[in-house]
Amino acid sequence: MSDITSQSLFELTSNIKEKKLSSEEITKAFINRAEKSKKLNIYVTDNFEKAIDQSKKFDSNPNLDFKLPGIPIAVKDLFCTNGVRTTAGSKILNNFVPTYESTVTQNLWSQGAILLGKLNCDEFAMGSSNETSFFGNVQNPVGENLVPGGSSGGSSAAVAANLTPVTIGTDTGGSIRQPASFTGTVGLKPTYGSCSRYGIVAFASSLDQAGPMTKNVRDCSMLLEVISSFDQKDSTSIDYKRNYYSRELSKDIKGKKIGIPKEYRVDNMPDEIEQLWKNGISYAKDCGAEIIDISLPHTNYALPTYYIVAPAEASSNLARYDGVKYGFRSPGQNLIEMYEKTRSEGFGDEVKRRIMIGTYVLSSGYYDAYYLKAQKVRQLIKKDFDDAFSKVDAILTPSTPSSAFKIGEKTNDPVSMYLNDIFTVPINLAGLPGISIPAGKDKNNYPLGLQVIGKPFDEQNILNISYALEDKINFKNDISDWWLSE
Amino acid sequence: MSKNSEYLIERENKQYEVIIGLEVHAQVTSESKLFSQSSTKFGAEPNTQVSLVDAAFPGMLPVINEFCIEQAIKTGIGLKAKINKKSVFDRKNYFYADLPQGYQISQYKYPIVGEGKVILDMPNGQKEIGIERLHLEQDAGKSIHDIDPNNTLVDLNRSGVALMEIVSKPDLRSPDEVNVYIKKLRSIMRYLGTCDGNMQEGSLRADVNVSVRLKGETEFGTRCEIKNVNSIKFMQMAIISEANRQIDLLEEGKEIDQETRLFDTKRNETRSMRSKEDAHDYRYFPDPDLLPLEISQELIEKIKSDIPELPDEKKKRFIDKFNLSPYEATILVSDIETSNFFEEVIKNSDVKLATNWITGELFAVLNEKNLEISQSPVSAKNLSKLINLIKDGTISGKIAKTVFEQMIDGDQDPLTIVKEKGLKQESDPKAIEELINKVIENNSDKVAEYKSGKDKLFGFFVGQAMKESKGKGNPQLINKILKEKLNG
Repeated sequence: MSDITSQSLFELTSNIKEKKLSSEEITKAFINRAEKSKKLNIYVTDNFEKAIDQSKKFDSNPNLDFKLPGIPIAVKDLFCTNGVRTTAGSKILNNFVPTYESTVTQNLWSQGAILLGKLNCDEFAMGSSNETSFFGNVQNPVGENLVPGGSSGGSSAAVAANLTPVTIGTDTGGSIRQPASFTGTVGLKPTYGSCSRYGIVAFASSLDQAGPMTKNVRDCSMLLEVISSFDQKDSTSIDYKRNYYSRELSKDIKGKKIGIPKEYRVDNMPDEIEQLWKNGISYAKDCGAEIIDISLPHTNYALPTYYIVAPAEASSNLARYDGVKYGFRSPGQNLIEMYEKTRSEGFGDEVKRRIMIGTYVLSSGYYDAYYLKAQKVRQLIKKDFDDAFSKVDAILTPSTPSSAFKIGEKTNDPVSMYLNDIFTVPINLAGLPGISIPAGKDKNNYPLGLQVIGKPFDEQNILNISYALEDKINFKNDISDWWLSE
Repeated sequence: MSKNSEYLIERENKQYEVIIGLEVHAQVTSESKLFSQSSTKFGAEPNTQVSLVDAAFPGMLPVINEFCIEQAIKTGIGLKAKINKKSVFDRKNYFYADLPQGYQISQYKYPIVGEGKVILDMPNGQKEIGIERLHLEQDAGKSIHDIDPNNTLVDLNRSGVALMEIVSKPDLRSPDEVNVYIKKLRSIMRYLGTCDGNMQEGSLRADVNVSVRLKGETEFGTRCEIKNVNSIKFMQMAIISEANRQIDLLEEGKEIDQETRLFDTKRNETRSMRSKEDAHDYRYFPDPDLLPLEISQELIEKIKSDIPELPDEKKKRFIDKFNLSPYEATILVSDIETSNFFEEVIKNSDVKLATNWITGELFAVLNEKNLEISQSPVSAKNLSKLINLIKDGTISGKIAKTVFEQMIDGDQDPLTIVKEKGLKQESDPKAIEELINKVIENNSDKVAEYKSGKDKLFGFFVGQAMKESKGKGNPQLINKILKEKLNG
């Protein structure tokens, strides 16, 4: 049997079900590795002691019908966890301990999983490199001083570094898929309305979705099956029949029509990304899929549209962090001064930047020119996809325009940082499911991902296409454990 | 409206007209809040009716309370208004300590209810006041500044309670019309059960928009908004004071600034709260946590079929069916409890007497004791018994008043009182004749005077006969027999 922490979720659940491993053994193995991996700065808050207690409790009376029997899982620190500090990567929530559980994490625990701890992320999920976190940047296990992507950077790094078998992240403009791409892991953003937003610290409500981040596609299907559920506590949650994604997983994609959008061939795209995409296309053909050239004409407008809609919603969503009720407060002589000091000291620069952008685009006199226009463009982007999906079953694109970059490389250039989301944001604006799978490496041996985009609620289809491609690509993430301490 | 009833403010030889529009905030009658399941019960200990949603904890989401939607539709139907099948909840963004989310969920561009109307019964006829819109929104919490000298305390019990904001057109022209308008609105909502209209508990408050213009002018003047006035009396005082302030400015050749003002009830004046330049930019945008609200025709029809008879229809029925005067009908339908009481009384008794007794004696008692009709010390059943005793001649109207006074004490049965106290009216002609004979015998000098032409003495004989009967003699009979005896 291979080392416990390098096993997939599928292997670990099989080993538990076949009683080859106990929950305690698995939990301790991940904790032990985490203790030696502090250099990566992946955990904001650990739950190790309680996790061991819970694993023992599981082992004393194991329910093997669970889908995640006694499996320890660390989650992004954007999910509210009952009794465990939840910071959203921000100073303003540094001391915040929820008395409630997010629906998505509750779904994990209801299927036997155990909380290992809370993973670092960009502050309020605003960032593409995990560098905006109040708790410091995260190291990408792929290489020293490399960003793990963001905002779910702690999550992608934790999966790549074998600190958790699987995890869940959130994706507002690419925050699951881009870090998955940067770390050679799998990340899926489900259709908007699939996974409940209840108990997830909100960034941009009309775009936020939770989703699985895993080592491989099969694990991804297993985890999606657990977290996706209709929830009356979220008015945007959609009641539809969800698949048994893992049971219905199939590599047979013969005859599937896969669209290749010409607008994703952006200026200055590195050759290796172009090559990666070509390889993906030829693998898809090998699997019997039909390749069809398509057009998504409004793609160019997706990024500016996103950077109006998301900050607008964020500026309002973050108004509740005012020092009055919970979280950080910096005292003032009066209410206004308390607000100003609390929010100036409690939020980081990127969050402040987006609050200001959002406040500006919603302001009287600017609303029509920015917010309203962005909403109209958003409809056009959505329509592009609707039109395309009348001809194809799925769309294949690169996940990101580059591989992981160095820590500090883009921190002074927000626009270049935002450009990282160019292939992922249109999918959030259209509310579609998208998955990033590792598909190759660049000249530095850094991973690169391909993105498969599906019709609404057609997660099964993009999982199946990814499953078939994964088999052909046969990606190996050789990570050297360079950070381990004794 | 006739000329002489116009409300005009005079300055030298000029006459100013006052233009008033109201934004009434009416608390929706509902067990739970607009977007959470917390109780809305009034008067609970501070911060005991607050859910995680109401306190805006991270990751908490609003879920619409469908009952509040139905209540708003119902109110819209009562205002003869258009129900919008699609409406949108927006966020109104501003910071305040008692606004936990940092925004209020309200409806801005697309309200649930569109244009409607309210009919006012004014002394000189009816007047129609246009309704611009009705929308749903959350109430904020309460900031308490006077408990702790150094801190403001916040009570979030109200936070998230459903309000209907009912915006009138600028159709009101006097403090009297405002009084009648608020009462009518309150009456309609109480008939519908959509708002209890309790102003002491803050269930009904209003922002008052006031402008003035010279009589005959057709353009509106610059208006000022007086925020959050919580009684009709204060609204009227605020309007008079604000209109005069504006007229004074105009008379001095100054301009009126469009601004938001507060009414200081102690000094009876309005003062500036913030100017137009300082006006909040609320940055309204559709709340992404809530889908647009879509209402089916079926739901509207279902609610329509449950709408009770409303004051205007009831008034018409009372006039047509019971032959009441418009004045009497207006009084009786103004409050649903009153009209119910009236209809209960007339089930088994005379309409005319019931009308007089309810609007006369009963209202006097309620006023004196400061009671609502629902707390009436005399039940409808016993009042109708009393009326029947008058009607069938068992007691006179005068005796009835004595009986009524006793009924107030513990809602006693009038028949029991009449029996116990021996108050039954003497209607036997023989007995009456006997006592009249006695009176004539004892007052032969007065009889002579009467017969010689002193007609006024007739009243004296009636009084003596009544006295002789210990007040129980049937007055009609006494009159009749006395006349026969004296004139015969």
